[in-house]
Amino acid sequence: MANKKKFLYVNRKAPYGTIYALESLEVVLIGAAFEQDVRLAFIDDGVFQLMAGQDTAAAGMKNFSRTYKALGDYEVRKFCVERESLEERGLTVEDLMPITYEDEDEDYAEKPSIQVVGRAEMTAIIAQQDVVLSF
Amino acid sequence: MSTLHTVNKSPFERNALQSCVGHLTAGDAVLMIEDGVLGARKGSSAAAMVQAALENSSVYALSSDLAARGIKTEQLIEGIQTVDYGGFVDLVTQHARTVAWL
Repeated sequence: MANKKKFLYVNRKAPYGTIYALESLEVVLIGAAFEQDVRLAFIDDGVFQLMAGQDTAAAGMKNFSRTYKALGDYEVRKFCVERESLEERGLTVEDLMPITYEDEDEDYAEKPSIQVVGRAEMTAIIAQQDVVLSF
Repeated sequence: MSTLHTVNKSPFERNALQSCVGHLTAGDAVLMIEDGVLGARKGSSAAAMVQAALENSSVYALSSDLAARGIKTEQLIEGIQTVDYGGFVDLVTQHARTVAWL
């Protein structure tokens, strides 16, 4: 597509407590159909969206965490997780789900989608976008 | 080109303003709207954050939301400018993108 724009989805809320995280996923999936340059940012409590081992059975809610792993098939492969947000919550990238995509340019090698970035780098990423959608 | 950041939550209840201020690039603008304007009064524990933002960015507050909450212009942290809805639109058009901290 000619006019490819840089889209950033900013996720700052934990899942399940509010509808934001699920709504963000829905919009990302819809947006994926438009073949734009898509990136997801996980800041503040948004980092909890990617926690490994989410089990919502007893809470009676839909577990949408597996959807993040499917996003690679929709060309959504850039998950920028803010380092300071992880640290403030006592988390490391090891606490997050492994999320990968298949790189068609390298014989479909599995590559990590999650990239941990510092706050300064996150600030620079925001400043490079054409469109920023916040959740 | 610069970014307009809107903040619509009270800094005493949420970290939206704090997170916004932590992600500013020099030349950006911050616009406080809705309960975000509660952070615009001087003398509060949020004032230092706003002052940090004012060093390299402009900070605005929406006049109708200030008025609704009884906050007078003379009570604002020095350097905060007020805008009406037309000014809000101008700010959107003057920046390359808008980021909502909610």
